[in-house]
Amino acid sequence: MHRTVLLVEDSPGDVRLTQEAFHDADPSIELHVATDGVEAMAYLRREGIHAEAPRPDFILLDLNLPRMDGREVLAHIKENDDLKTIPTVILTTSDAEADIMTSYQLRANCYLSKPVQLEEFEGLVKSINDFWLTTVKLPLQAVGG
Amino acid sequence: MKPTEDDSMTIEVLLVEDSPGDVRLTQEAFRDSGKPVRLHLASDGVEALAFLRCEGIYADAPRPDLILLDLNLPKMDGREVLKEIKKDRNLKTIPTIILTTSDDEVDVLISYQLQANCYLRKPAHWDAFDNLVRSINAFWLTRAKLPQQVQ
Repeated sequence: MHRTVLLVEDSPGDVRLTQEAFHDADPSIELHVATDGVEAMAYLRREGIHAEAPRPDFILLDLNLPRMDGREVLAHIKENDDLKTIPTVILTTSDAEADIMTSYQLRANCYLSKPVQLEEFEGLVKSINDFWLTTVKLPLQAVGG
Repeated sequence: MKPTEDDSMTIEVLLVEDSPGDVRLTQEAFRDSGKPVRLHLASDGVEALAFLRCEGIYADAPRPDLILLDLNLPKMDGREVLKEIKKDRNLKTIPTIILTTSDDEVDVLISYQLQANCYLRKPAHWDAFDNLVRSINAFWLTRAKLPQQVQ
């Protein structure tokens, strides 16, 4: 099944790793990248150059981002009636309990911490694909919305 | 509730499910997983909320780390239970997974609107059911970071 994923991540290395790992897991996944929080919101609201952007089926969101931080992006997504049904998973290097708690309070669907080892990172992306993009039932795209 | 082994390591899971067969399958699949999971059971929505709010016979109930919630339940339906969980400041951070036979797109959408953390469809066959519980284990109890208990 064709899946569109929005990755919100400012580290070029992590973007590259995630792209490669998703491609290895399932080449039909369409991965879009936003490198800061402002760009992520412009993408989701189809503003400016993102006017034709497809609605993602799934969002992977880093917490520490330039311009607008991931917590704020998460709050905006979950306050928006149209966007809030898109499963949004936090993927960050932070292991701090406060970040985990704040993310679930802001209605993150799940919290994952980025492993430092390359192989573990690939394994994590594969498990995201196996669980969220294959096993989980995602909401259908809202029509006209 | 009698503690077993090291309590801090035990993962408390609340299963809200009225079908005895599905309860049995879930119990067995968790038992086979090798994880220190303690599975608590509520067989209707009213019982589930009493457990979560530590009311009556549940005064000493532990806070679950994860909730598996069926949609179609006696007394109080799973949608209502989900709404109550996500309205409650203390309970809303507990990841709540819908596990149901319903394949209805309306149920899927409503569940995400009510802030279900994810929606899983119960497969009809035992093997597939066992695999699904394994993948819940592999993802939610292994990969995901769950919020720490708050006192």
